[in-house]
Amino acid sequence: MAEFLLDHALLLLLGSPLAGGAALALVGHRRFAPEVNAGFSALTFAAAALLVARVIDGGPLAALEAQLFVDSLNVFLVALTAFVAMTTSLFSRPYMRIEREHGRVSAAGMRLYHSMYQLFSFTMLLVLVTNNLGVMWVAMEAATLTTVLLVALYRTHASLEAAWKYFILCGVGIAQALFGTILVYFAAEKVIGPGVGALLWTQLEAVKGELAPSVMSIAFVFLLVGYGTKVGLVPLHNWLPDAHAEGPTPISAVLSGLLLNVALYALIRFKVLVDGTLDEPFAGPLLMGFGLASVAVAAFFLSRQRDIKRMFAYSSIEHMGLVTFAFGMGGPVASFAGLLHMTVHSLTKSAIFFAVGHAAQKSGTQAMDRIRGLMQVSPTVGWGLMLGTVAILGMPPFGVFASEFLILTTAMAEHAWAAPILLVSLGVSFAAIFGKVQPMVFGDPSAARLPHRPALVPVFAHLAIVLSLGLYIPPYLADWYRQAARLIG
Amino acid sequence: MGAALLAKFGPQLINLLAAVLLLLAFAMLTQRRILSLINLFAAQGLVLAMSTALVAALTGQAHLYLSAAVTFALKVLLLPWILHRLIRRLNVKWDVETLINIPTTMLVGIVLVILAFNLAAPIAQLAGTVTRAGLGIALASVLLAFLMMITRSKAVPQVIGFLAMENGLFFAATATVYGMPMVVELGVALDVLVAALILGIFLFEIRERFDSVDTRHLERLQER
Repeated sequence: MAEFLLDHALLLLLGSPLAGGAALALVGHRRFAPEVNAGFSALTFAAAALLVARVIDGGPLAALEAQLFVDSLNVFLVALTAFVAMTTSLFSRPYMRIEREHGRVSAAGMRLYHSMYQLFSFTMLLVLVTNNLGVMWVAMEAATLTTVLLVALYRTHASLEAAWKYFILCGVGIAQALFGTILVYFAAEKVIGPGVGALLWTQLEAVKGELAPSVMSIAFVFLLVGYGTKVGLVPLHNWLPDAHAEGPTPISAVLSGLLLNVALYALIRFKVLVDGTLDEPFAGPLLMGFGLASVAVAAFFLSRQRDIKRMFAYSSIEHMGLVTFAFGMGGPVASFAGLLHMTVHSLTKSAIFFAVGHAAQKSGTQAMDRIRGLMQVSPTVGWGLMLGTVAILGMPPFGVFASEFLILTTAMAEHAWAAPILLVSLGVSFAAIFGKVQPMVFGDPSAARLPHRPALVPVFAHLAIVLSLGLYIPPYLADWYRQAARLIG
Repeated sequence: MGAALLAKFGPQLINLLAAVLLLLAFAMLTQRRILSLINLFAAQGLVLAMSTALVAALTGQAHLYLSAAVTFALKVLLLPWILHRLIRRLNVKWDVETLINIPTTMLVGIVLVILAFNLAAPIAQLAGTVTRAGLGIALASVLLAFLMMITRSKAVPQVIGFLAMENGLFFAATATVYGMPMVVELGVALDVLVAALILGIFLFEIRERFDSVDTRHLERLQER
């Protein structure tokens, strides 16, 4: 039994959210729907844990005639994605019940929400484990499609507008990525021959030295624009703050914590191919440029925000920029730091969104100047938000400090010109975010009691992991990051 | 006899169809009426299906017949039917307003076509397909559809622009590599269909909210 499960962990990983999507469409808005949702997410996480055990034991593995593929790079993201999807489903139980009782979501809306939540998990996991670059594109587009109706779940003017913008901008962006994928296939077909084989990443990786450099470089530009739109890189980031601010908070948490990572993962896979094809550095400088622009622009937009979710959305742009910059620099240390930062940002930002969600529900508003004195109304929400903020701002001893420190020191050693830009941006964002969160947490209260107990276990669980990663990275985890960093190069 | 004729005129016929595709892209750019816009989109789908079938006949790639059939069903029948129903239900048959006047749009379009041909030239040289001249045209139609999306203020033409962009991409795949592997093509077709359905739902919600489907209502969310 245990053997069977281990062998089929990969299929279970994809099957569980897919079945969950169908089951929750049938369950509809019944009282226990949130529990079913959490149950399927927990099953998916269990499958991810089995898969991790399998990969640690037996190294990279493939399934379905090499259509699915797991190595040390994506297995770590699979585990992270399944974990955050599970904790977010726990958070969304009381959160969505309260939204329903406040009349912001209809019964049909609840059915849509739960079913799409599972399908969204499915599409993200498919992007991560597929070996076929064409299927990767299809799954990425499907991830947009599953979330676009969720962003518009509240049916308000602002949420409709945000969803329309999200759809059109990401649709146009991802069309560029399809063109890039076609060009990659074109280059590969010359070497490998036509057929599905020429789209399999493992096969492309084996022949990357023989691919036509001119085609691959044009392809990478299109892919960067396409998937970069989904990562939220400046200047393609316009959809991101709106979609985060107007959708339900659990969706903001998974968009920020997971979708951005997954889109960046797609970009990294192509970077590995392009680096192998071209002799001179090409993908690296492009990624560094976009990353640096994102960090700088987002930092200066932070101080102008009035909506709490919008502000943390800009903070996500900033951090994704930082990770992109790290991967652009390349090398074992920077790639290690990039992977670590992906992990800690994803955990911290989703924890912040959980706390923000309950804070906004208690105060009945997302406007920051009207949220006051959280500490007095609910110390746990207040501390959750405060600790999360301190963590995301890169204060030691949290894990974000460790990864930002590594990125900054590498930048100083290798690209000294970029270090001042990074330092100033981080300073500006510190002042902006801390200055706004501090009066929300302390001060005189303006909030009310909620009908359901808020789910704060996920918040503190995430923050505890981030804290422990800052203090001590276990040797097997460090090994794992190192292996993945070696893959990225 | 038939095979010889096909081999002789086939490639030229494909180039002709490619030219028609580009012409239709320009026609869409200038068209003011939504109904005609949908018909132009259906015509583009038909040209696409014909050229795919022709490439299939020329090269003997069996899976291209299937993708020609899928293209025909989806882009000539299903999507135009959905769009026709949509505008009848939404009652928006009147003229399309453009944000920039049409002659200017045309001039920008010509610049885009030159750009596309320049960008495609080095890649097309590497291609060994009979249809390689089509790559520039494919890229040009993608850019023209993109231009249409950003110059229209109504939601339905933006949707048609989005779908036309996918037409261009599909033609690019046929022209350079005789189509993507079947799994991917079916996946893309499914995504396009779902996207069109979701957009349909959206349009109703936008209309319900604002009594019109002008996306200029959707400009409130901006950085102040």
